[in-house]
Amino acid sequence: MKKLLSLLAVSAMVVSLCACSNGGSTQESAETTESSSDAETGTEGESTGVMPAIAKEDIKVGVIHITDPAEGSGYTYTHDLGIQGMQSNIGLDDSQIVRKNNVSDSDATAIENAIRECIEEGCNVIFATSWGFMDTCEALSEEFPDVIFSHGTGYKCNGVNFNNYFGRIYQARYLAGIAAGLKTESNKLGYVAAMGQENSEVTGGVNAFAMGAYSVNPDCEVYVKVTNSWFDPEGETQAAQALVDLGCDVIAQHCDTPNPQTVAEQNGVWGVGYNSDMSKDAPDAVLTSVMWDWSVYYTFAVQSIIDGTWTGENYFGGMADGLVNIAPLSDLCADGTQEAVDAARAQIIDEGFNVFDGVIETNDGSTVGEEGSTLSDSDITGSMNWYFKNVVVK
Amino acid sequence: MSMLIKFLVAAVGAGTPLLFGTVGEILTEKTGHLNLGVEGMMSIGACIGFMAGYYTDNFFIAILAGAAAGALGALIYAVLTVTFMANQNVTGLTLTIFGIGFANFIGIFVLSKSPEGTLKLPEKITAAMRGGNIPALSKLPVVGELLFSYSPFVYIGIAIAVACAWYLNHTKAGLSLKAVGENPGAADAAGIKVTSVKYRNIIFGGAICGIGGVYCAMIINGGVWISNNVGGLGWIAVALVIFANWQPAYAIWGSFIFGALRVLKYYIPQSVLPFPIAFYDMLPFLITALVLVISSMRKSGRINLPAALGLNYFREER
Repeated sequence: MKKLLSLLAVSAMVVSLCACSNGGSTQESAETTESSSDAETGTEGESTGVMPAIAKEDIKVGVIHITDPAEGSGYTYTHDLGIQGMQSNIGLDDSQIVRKNNVSDSDATAIENAIRECIEEGCNVIFATSWGFMDTCEALSEEFPDVIFSHGTGYKCNGVNFNNYFGRIYQARYLAGIAAGLKTESNKLGYVAAMGQENSEVTGGVNAFAMGAYSVNPDCEVYVKVTNSWFDPEGETQAAQALVDLGCDVIAQHCDTPNPQTVAEQNGVWGVGYNSDMSKDAPDAVLTSVMWDWSVYYTFAVQSIIDGTWTGENYFGGMADGLVNIAPLSDLCADGTQEAVDAARAQIIDEGFNVFDGVIETNDGSTVGEEGSTLSDSDITGSMNWYFKNVVVK
Repeated sequence: MSMLIKFLVAAVGAGTPLLFGTVGEILTEKTGHLNLGVEGMMSIGACIGFMAGYYTDNFFIAILAGAAAGALGALIYAVLTVTFMANQNVTGLTLTIFGIGFANFIGIFVLSKSPEGTLKLPEKITAAMRGGNIPALSKLPVVGELLFSYSPFVYIGIAIAVACAWYLNHTKAGLSLKAVGENPGAADAAGIKVTSVKYRNIIFGGAICGIGGVYCAMIINGGVWISNNVGGLGWIAVALVIFANWQPAYAIWGSFIFGALRVLKYYIPQSVLPFPIAFYDMLPFLITALVLVISSMRKSGRINLPAALGLNYFREER
């Protein structure tokens, strides 16, 4: 009898847990069961794209999030703002969006289940926002040729119903580097990096930041500390503290939590946030934040599906598209920062300046690139494994 | 030299949440109950403690609320495993999953109501929790920074650990506790109220874990709420119990050593030891394994593992 009771109590705990973490999504799925799932192949139109157009009212978007959008500042939050922006830009109904939250991106079964649930609920467009969702999307795109899979931050595509989207965040980091380079007094900038030199995305961000800082302050150095994790609140705090201890007085970051910014605030130095405007978390430290506006891509993608112009090609938008930018400069910035940032922004948007132009000196004494050309996109996304000359890893 | 001091200060900061979790779990395990829910109790404590601090702006209310919440988490565990004799491992794991989910749920719920889009602790409590301003003492060279520059949590943690060591080794109640963990049948026969001893110490241990959670929410994350803010430290605390050989006093230096190993990768110059970062991530666990091997090889060494750990006590089968 006691065993039975305890079994009941344990299962009650499990059930209450499920009720907690899935409260949002069950509600959504309940709302969405009514809409028909048969109409997903869509209407025939004058398609210039590779997939038949889908009428606006038949579109149903499934979003796979790695964490919960309500977390307030980080990665998933900005992606979900993008989805919400797309929804209002295009005018989709709430029932046309299905979200699967807290899908671990290292658990292939969980990813597959989440995507299949979306498709069963009638989704014909899937946005998968994290790197680890890539291979599952690729596999399922063959099984479901009528469903369009769009995967964020990876590189694979099949040119038909599976593409990848990402952005030139390094352009925004270049601008943030200018703000940091002008502000620093110790000429030491800190950078909390999620991944080390082997990760091209993170390393490209470090380099762009360092080059931006170098362009206005050739004496400053960028110190990098690597947490080796995409989400490690304690490690991010400690890495930032170690950078402050080294004498860095501007702490930039490529990691999810606002912890590096709060460490900067606590130590009376400055910082550059990432993902969303982190000045709300550390108003006395944040100079600006490097930000994504994913609604630009989500709107573009869904509109092209409605118009029948979806090409299945990879998307790699930049500042000119409005996909990346920095948050409005705070009052903490040095005088003249706004002018310098505006000038660089104009160069990037109007004059084709692509940050990684010409011959670039690395911190091990060699050079990369050629005079008069710029690094190819595949080099930037896939093989940037060197640091700019003023980057210090120690 | 100054970098070395900063490293040691960072190590103490990184070790403090582990200290709370470890001491709390030692008390729990001394009852013979392996509670794998440390991470969950810390999460619940982090959430309730943070919210109490957020709304009252009072440091002590925040700590008390965190402790009470951790105790409540432990109470769930105690009811299930002591009274209903559920499987301890499963119950503990469930408590962890439940605690993290509960904390994130409350956190996200409050966050979504916040007009600023962020939950940041108000100024008064922020100043109180960071401390580091003991008049005169913290201004001393070297010693001031090494001994008197910490957040009040550090001193509270050490005081709790010392008090628990005293309690375990020098009081009658502590003796009863150890007897229950070694052989509940014999303790029962000796007139010790086994169930009451188990409840009291499991709940007390949960309260200590809860304070560790408050540290995670307030200090590690700089007073800004984020989801999953304990980030796996509770699991390390469970490992540290073995490292500390079930002795609260050993837990003090054990957790600071673990803290040092965790921050080592940020302070050691890459030019000195060019190991990959993954090596440093592995280091604390490598050392735990080594300690286990060495301590099991030493014949003279006493292992304080409670003999009845993990076994539920059925009075009827005595």
